[in-house]
Amino acid sequence: MNPRTAQKIAFTLLFGATALVVLPVLVILGIIVAKGVSAISGEFLFSMPRAGMTAGGILPAILGTLYLVGGAVLFAVPLGVLAAVYLVEYARDTRLSRLIKLAIVNLAGVPSVVYGLFGLGIFVTFFGFGASILAGSLTLGIMILPVIITSTREALESVPRSFRVVSLSLGASRWQTIRHSVLPHALPGILTGTILGLGRAAGETAPILFTVAAFYLPRLPQSVFDQTMALPYHLYVISTQVPGIAENTRYGTALVLLALVLLLNLAAIVLRSRFRRKKKW
Amino acid sequence: MVSGAAKFSIQGLSLHYGVLTALRDLNLEIAAHEIFTVIGPANSGKSSFLSALNRLADRIPNFRQNGRILLDGLDVRRDIEVEILRRRVGIVFALPLPLPISIRDNLTYGLRMQGVRDRQRLDAAVERSLREAFLWDEVKDRLRAPAMNLSGGQQQRLCLARILAGEPEVLMLDEPTSGLDPISTAKIEETLLELKARYTILLVTNNVAQAARVGDRTAFFLMGEMVEVDETKRIFTTPRDPRTSDYITGKFG
Repeated sequence: MNPRTAQKIAFTLLFGATALVVLPVLVILGIIVAKGVSAISGEFLFSMPRAGMTAGGILPAILGTLYLVGGAVLFAVPLGVLAAVYLVEYARDTRLSRLIKLAIVNLAGVPSVVYGLFGLGIFVTFFGFGASILAGSLTLGIMILPVIITSTREALESVPRSFRVVSLSLGASRWQTIRHSVLPHALPGILTGTILGLGRAAGETAPILFTVAAFYLPRLPQSVFDQTMALPYHLYVISTQVPGIAENTRYGTALVLLALVLLLNLAAIVLRSRFRRKKKW
Repeated sequence: MVSGAAKFSIQGLSLHYGVLTALRDLNLEIAAHEIFTVIGPANSGKSSFLSALNRLADRIPNFRQNGRILLDGLDVRRDIEVEILRRRVGIVFALPLPLPISIRDNLTYGLRMQGVRDRQRLDAAVERSLREAFLWDEVKDRLRAPAMNLSGGQQQRLCLARILAGEPEVLMLDEPTSGLDPISTAKIEETLLELKARYTILLVTNNVAQAARVGDRTAFFLMGEMVEVDETKRIFTTPRDPRTSDYITGKFG
């Protein structure tokens, strides 16, 4: 074939594939914004639902999601970062440590409904937390642990080996070396991973389905042992379980959830690029 | 032979990485306040030798050591804590490796890790070490600037100063000028000759002329064996082993 023709065909194929990927995203975004934006108002964002969710706002769902995400991060970030530090900096390269790393990577691929069932069995029933913010947060936390461990590991591994050697050679202990010459330089990557995990925790329905989410609870939770509404589950409920909800209420809820997740992802991107510009090696 | 007390006494030292032997049955004494230079081609065991002296080699998986290394009569593996050992025996690497922090923070790193918080003491160490490395005039006005902004030669002198700030007893330099231009190289060599009065210096170099310029004694390493050790003048005028004379006259390298 004429190389010029081949070039053209290749270009068309590549561009076409890219367009096909981008197009649905734009369409979805467009539809949600177009149908939902009319519902957004101060009352919608900051008041309780009324009249069986047909009127009023979605404040408990928004706050519930924020609580759940906050709880998940509070639990998963310290645990995940510490585990990643152990795996990268301390664990010897044995068959066991490789198996653990492989298992963690694979955990990221476990369907979220399985985490939901796990949370139901462990936190709700076994530990007796009941359906509560605590149980839901822990379940979401376990779900995002692999994301946080994996991104922290990558961030740690991208810190040049020489920093560690130099620090040790100056008489620093291994922990001092990690604390002063590795972790600070891995922080941007850890932060990025954390925010991506946050976004995922905010959007998932299945893990909170059995562990925390309330169908209709027009009051704010008082403690971590209370149930709460949450955006993804609320969206599911008003879209499929309750008849007679105005279309713009449903799309408005979707828009709020989408905006929340996109905002988190945007924050991750901005952080990453800012740190990347500061990077000097 | 060695005049004065032996700083390092190396007895039957062999170094292995898995099945590879990097250094074989080395016996050597290094005197206090001499510049001891080690020459030899790549893979002759020079760098492995240094990394055994301050135990940086411990990081490498499958590393094994036979024989003993004594620092002032104390076994570096048994009788000295590794952090203390590395404070007493500093190393400058082949590439300038400043940490990506300010010039000042680089210089105070070792002291801060020892728990020194006293500003005056840190300031004093910064100035003294920079003066000793002949870098003070060049950087005194920008101690807060990132160390990575310095030129290659300045970075390497900063690395030297960073070790001096911790007041070590032994300075080890592993081909410290291999990435530097002739002027920067000359500055480093000058510095070493000045520092000899206060420190014991171990200089590994693949630059034979450099060993001849600054060394008191010189050892020639080849494929994990010390072929010959003698006063530098003797090594370069009347080497006993034909391999030594072949190497220093440039027949191989």
